[in-house]
Amino acid sequence: MKKLSVSHLLGIKYLNTEDFNLIFETASQFKEVINRPIKKVPSLRDITIANLFFENSTRTKLSFELAEKRLSADIINFSASQSSVSKGETLSDTVKNILAMKVDMIILRHPNPGAAHFLSKNLNSCIINAGDGTHEHPTQALLDVYSLIEKFGDLKGKRIAIVGDIKHSRVALSNIYALKMMGAEVKLCGPKSLIPKHIECLGVTSSSDLNQVLNWCDAANILRIQNERMGTVYFPSNREYSQNFGLNLDRLKQLKKKIIILHPGPINRGVEISSDVADSNQSIILDQVQNGVAIRMAIIYLLGSKLNIKNNV
Amino acid sequence: MASKILISEKKLEIILNRLCHQLKEKHGDFSRTILVGLQPRGTLLLDRLSEILNRQGFKNLKLGKLDTTFFRDDYRRSETPLSANKTEMNETVEGMNIVFIDDVLFTGRSIRSALTAIDTYGRPNSIELLVLIDRRFSRHLPIQPDYLGVQIDALQGDRVRVVWSNKSDQNIVYLEKSNE
Repeated sequence: MKKLSVSHLLGIKYLNTEDFNLIFETASQFKEVINRPIKKVPSLRDITIANLFFENSTRTKLSFELAEKRLSADIINFSASQSSVSKGETLSDTVKNILAMKVDMIILRHPNPGAAHFLSKNLNSCIINAGDGTHEHPTQALLDVYSLIEKFGDLKGKRIAIVGDIKHSRVALSNIYALKMMGAEVKLCGPKSLIPKHIECLGVTSSSDLNQVLNWCDAANILRIQNERMGTVYFPSNREYSQNFGLNLDRLKQLKKKIIILHPGPINRGVEISSDVADSNQSIILDQVQNGVAIRMAIIYLLGSKLNIKNNV
Repeated sequence: MASKILISEKKLEIILNRLCHQLKEKHGDFSRTILVGLQPRGTLLLDRLSEILNRQGFKNLKLGKLDTTFFRDDYRRSETPLSANKTEMNETVEGMNIVFIDDVLFTGRSIRSALTAIDTYGRPNSIELLVLIDRRFSRHLPIQPDYLGVQIDALQGDRVRVVWSNKSDQNIVYLEKSNE
């Protein structure tokens, strides 16, 4: 029997290929479960999970919540705007208080990189990182890789492009780690101002020529511009960005082969991707959303199994 | 661990044929019946029984493979997570007669989880249980088989091992005695 090498999911950086395979195998079984007439299993009926979202989220929050409900866990939801955080309470104190209510697992989204890591060092609970600032978004990377494996079978030698705001994107960093681990080649594409310096040391290449990158790749993961994280101006206008780095049908038609299009959402239609591409049969955006629930069920199930009941009775 | 032959190839062949006859007596042409092998080992017995029934002219049997891992009651009670196997339930369960098929009935907990798992596909008309080996006096739950190969007495630490071969006349069942 296999088990995860980690007790928390803080980032892709801390996982190995065996962990990936175990998560994907388990997710495949859960994908079958969520397509049954009754989409629920009783595994986590004695576990309570707190979803702590210190940053806005639609997809990830709903996906985690649905995964927890499908596993029969009890859940409590927290959003920073309606809490004592606005009264000056620290992250550590907020979470300690929540854990005192006998919560077993924490799903954390936070604007500060390393927030999940900090909690895992200071508190005795299972922490899942649902995105920490510009650092990592491990569940998104896992579902992206899982969706690509569904299409390609194996990612060894496959060429994957990540296009857009690489500098501020936690999805980009987690995707780089995950894709490299599965043996894919990764090329980044975006305005030079939005590609971090020294990113090549992660084993990737970069370019600012979208047409050349699209001709090179088998799949392209299109990222949105993270205006909320930009303290300054990185490119002249959305219109200019869209002309140089926006993916539209004309660009796709000029390619010699059909490539797969991913997007982690939310989509800014007409900026980084046009509506006709987002809704085309080359896009697997809705597959990503469905796989997201199965992947998150698998992670919660596998990490939950480490909360051995014998330690609590 | 010393092992002895519990059921020889010849005896096993007779038992499998007898179980098929008992199924036919109860289920007729199997038009309202789904034979469901419980993962992992019950599916191997299902393969053998469906082979025999196929040879006897029942060509359109409705078969399924059910994994009950996520419905078990021992989650968080072992050092490693319970790994799931593939489920293949392509038939509509609603209103059908289900026969669970497993190789060894021991504590009854796997069957309890199967009873919960099958509900996620709908409400069957009836559920029965077919097992090859019933380890009596070891049940934790009030669960008994409707179709039974053989009933045996074995100590708590003993292991019953059913070996399926590619050749139908080379299947065999061992009882491995614990050293305690």
